[in-house]
This record gives sequence, structure tokens and C-alpha cells, in this order.
Amino acid sequence: MYSEKVVEHFTNPRNMGEMEDADAVGKVGNPTCGDLIWIYIKVKDDIITDVKFKTFGCAAAIATSSMVTELTKGKTLKEAYQITRNDVADNLQGLPPIKMHCSNLAADGLHKAIEDYLRKTGRTIEDLK
Amino acid sequence: MVEQVNFNHSAGVPIDERVLAAMQPYFRTYYGNPGSVHTAGQQSAKAVENARIQVARLIGADAKDKIIFTSGATESNNLALQGFAYRNRRKGNHIILSQVEHLSIINTVKFLNKQGFESTQVPVDEFGLVNTKALEEAITDQTILISIQHANNEVGTVQPLAEIGKIAKSAEIPLHVDAVASAGQIPINVSDHGISLLTLSSNDLYGPKGVGALYLEKGIAVQTIILGGGQEYGIRSGSENVPGIVGMGLAAEIAMRQQPEFASYLTGLRDDLIQGILKKVDEAYLNGHPTKRLPNNANIRFSYIEGEAITLHLSFQGFLVATSSACTSKTLAPSHCLMSMGISEAEAHGALQLTLGRENTQAQIDRFVEVLPPIVEKLRAMSPLSKDVPYELFENEEHEHHH
Repeated sequence: MYSEKVVEHFTNPRNMGEMEDADAVGKVGNPTCGDLIWIYIKVKDDIITDVKFKTFGCAAAIATSSMVTELTKGKTLKEAYQITRNDVADNLQGLPPIKMHCSNLAADGLHKAIEDYLRKTGRTIEDLK
Repeated sequence: MVEQVNFNHSAGVPIDERVLAAMQPYFRTYYGNPGSVHTAGQQSAKAVENARIQVARLIGADAKDKIIFTSGATESNNLALQGFAYRNRRKGNHIILSQVEHLSIINTVKFLNKQGFESTQVPVDEFGLVNTKALEEAITDQTILISIQHANNEVGTVQPLAEIGKIAKSAEIPLHVDAVASAGQIPINVSDHGISLLTLSSNDLYGPKGVGALYLEKGIAVQTIILGGGQEYGIRSGSENVPGIVGMGLAAEIAMRQQPEFASYLTGLRDDLIQGILKKVDEAYLNGHPTKRLPNNANIRFSYIEGEAITLHLSFQGFLVATSSACTSKTLAPSHCLMSMGISEAEAHGALQLTLGRENTQAQIDRFVEVLPPIVEKLRAMSPLSKDVPYELFENEEHEHHH
């Protein structure tokens, strides 16, 4: 059902945990649906220097959270904002079709975290372009 | 490789070796069709009749009653409900069931609703027990059938069948009982409990898959839903699955003979499992009734984490278990049983369904109780939810519902 890569990230998630001094947080999902993903970012000179996640959800939710943090670290805000749900799934050697829609929320969480950071620094997405 | 331990018997049971041995000759040596007049056919016919008696004895049925062999419990439930409804249409159009029935009951009744039949789903309490007062009140002059399970396959709650049987009898309405989860686990007697139709599955009795039976009390008529050569008293056509039926027969005989012994063994394991988990894990709760439950069932929910993730971690450790989480179901719909018992969707995501079997050992229970707490801890450390960030905070939040 799950690819080796999904199982690997699910078993040994990267960048898991809270970030107390985070510059911004993106929260997506709802416990009723079974998925809740929080992405924390630390930003310096518009570069994401650190990223962490906390996730309630199935193996796909956890693995996509882990993968999105790996894809994000060291990227500029603009580059990170371009990471899509499909990028996350592709880097995990794909997800079961039923999970593509419901549990593949980590990229949305990242986008929300970036939007939160921009809001805090008095900017909008347009300013990144 | 780690030892594979099956705590998921409600999904699949390894066939009893004695049953497998008894079936073997009916594949190549005694392959005759029971419908044939020649010796080979008659040998098979005899074997099928013997199995009918074995199954009848398990449920205390009389020689005048009928045991119809089917392809499994789903077909038996379809035949019971559709067959009875079509045949008895002129008597009325109302069927009563409970909210926690198996989907082969619930979806068959939904189908009958489209054919003009009315139905009432009787509610259950927080333990999954059918509200018998609501059952009595649901009966109308149009009611033709009551269908209530003996025990719930998911949460293990055993229904007050004697009381339900009395209600049905005094209203003179036939009672159908889905006994798939309970047969062989706890005693059942059709005449003591006032049962007119009863569904059995072979695999749940440690028999082969692909066989089931429907008991019909003398005088109960159902319309056939599978047409053909008129096998099984003209009620269920199709050449008999002789090896399967022989297997189910012996499985029923063994289940009847050894039921008290199996029940006391499994109850011991189950209680150690439940107590072990509840003692070692914080915010873990038993689903279903604390005492009125199947000897082999433990259903426990863990707050703040999701069941598929627990299940996958357990499978890496060799434990095969099931979860009630919507995330593993084909429809992504939450368990209708847990919802009926008043458990929230969020909490239902964290439910583990553990169903034990005869081959499980004390050592396996002990190992499970050791292995589980670190998994729960690991997932909770990952979860944004906790005592300080409870589910309720999100209750009114907008979300994209994907069911």
C-alpha cells in the first residue's frame, strides 16, 4: 500500500517536534478528518533556516510532513512557496490514490506558515514575486 | 523476522487443522455433485446432510428446521432480509434493525428502502447495547421482521438476546439474528432465544472462507434471491460447495464441543490485554461493554493519535491488528458503531480493534503490552494534540470534509 520511502519517513520522521522560537507557524487540517499538521519555520534574510512539524494523522500525513520539512530547509521563501502537494508525493515515490487528497496537506501547511511570516513582516505573497 | 501474531481474527481466522484434513478428500476423491443419483453424488449428498446436522446442533436447531448453506455471512444476511421481505410483503413493509448492525445488514435494508420497505434503526447506549425500550416502541402493525445481532464484531458488546427474543415473540414478529461474531464464542440457542432466522459464517468458526449458513425456523418462508437448479430446499440454487460445507460442519461441531474451554481461555487473555493496556497507557479507554462482551474482543481508543499509524507501527513489530479509524476504510467514513455509541469522529480515529483467537498465547499478550506503550508515546510526541490542546478546540473550525 505505501512506498518504501513513505514507510521510511513514517518510521524515522525528520525535523519532528515543536519549535519554541519559531518565526511563523502554519496549521492545517482538522482532527475530525483525522489529519492535523502544524509546520513551524525559522527565517533569516528570507531564507528558511529551520523547519519543524507536529502531526496528528495517518502514516501518509506523517510522512508528507517529514518530507516537506526536508524539501524546505535552506530554501528562500519564494522557492519554498512553490513546493506543491505533488512535489511532496513524488519525492515519497507516490501515495495511495485515496491518500492523495485527504492526507497530503503538508505543503498547504508550509504555505500557511510562509503566509504567516509575511503577514508578521508586513508583506504579502505578491511581494515575493 | 519477528513472529507474526494475529490479533485481527474478526477479519480472518486460520482454519483448524482438523477441519482442513476433513475437507481434503472432498476435492479429489469424493468430488461428486450431491444432485447426482450415482454413488459419487450420493456420497457427497450424505456429507452435506451430515454437515447440516452439525451446524444445527451448534445453535440448538430442530430437525424440522432448515439450515441453508450459502457463500458466507454476507449472502446469508442478504437472503434473510431480502428473501423474508419479498416473501412477506403482504403482511407489512416495516423492518427493525439496530444502529450497530454489520454493513451487510445496514446496506441490504437501505436497498430494501428503495424497493418501498420502511425501516427503523434502534439506537444503542454508550456501551453499544440496544435500547430495548426503543425497540418495543419501534414496532408498528406494519412490522414484519426484527434483525438484531447477537454480538458486535467491532466493539464486542453482547446484546440482551433473551429480552429481545421475548419482545419479538410477544409482538409475534420473527427475529433474525446475525450470530457471526458470537457463534462458538458464547452459547446460542435458537429455541431459548426465540430466534426464527440466524446467520452464521464458517471462517469465524475456524472453518474455510467462502461458506456460511442461514437457519430458518420451521414455518418461516423466504423468497429465493439466487435462482437456478433449486438446491438447498429450492431456496439457494447452485451446486453445493461440498468441501467447504464439510469443513463448516466439522468447525461447528468443534466449536460446540469446546466452546466453554475456548471462552474461558480467551476471556483470561482478553482481560490481561485490556488491563495491561489501560494500566500502562494514559488516556486509553475501553470501547464497548466492560463485562457484556465477547471473550475474544478488546477495543481500545487512544486520545490524540490516529489508528492507522498505530496499526502500522504494530505490524512492524509483528502484531496484526485493525483500527476503527476512517483513514483505513475504503470510503474514509468513520465507524458507524462508534458514532452510534456517541464517540466523536476525532476520538474514533484512535481506536484499535483487537480480536483474539485460539492460537494466541499469554506470551503474545505480554509482549503486546510491552510493545504498545512506546508506540503510543512516539505518536503522541509527534501530535499537536494533547491534554492542553484538546480536540474541542477545533470543533467549530471550518474544514474540508472528504468523506
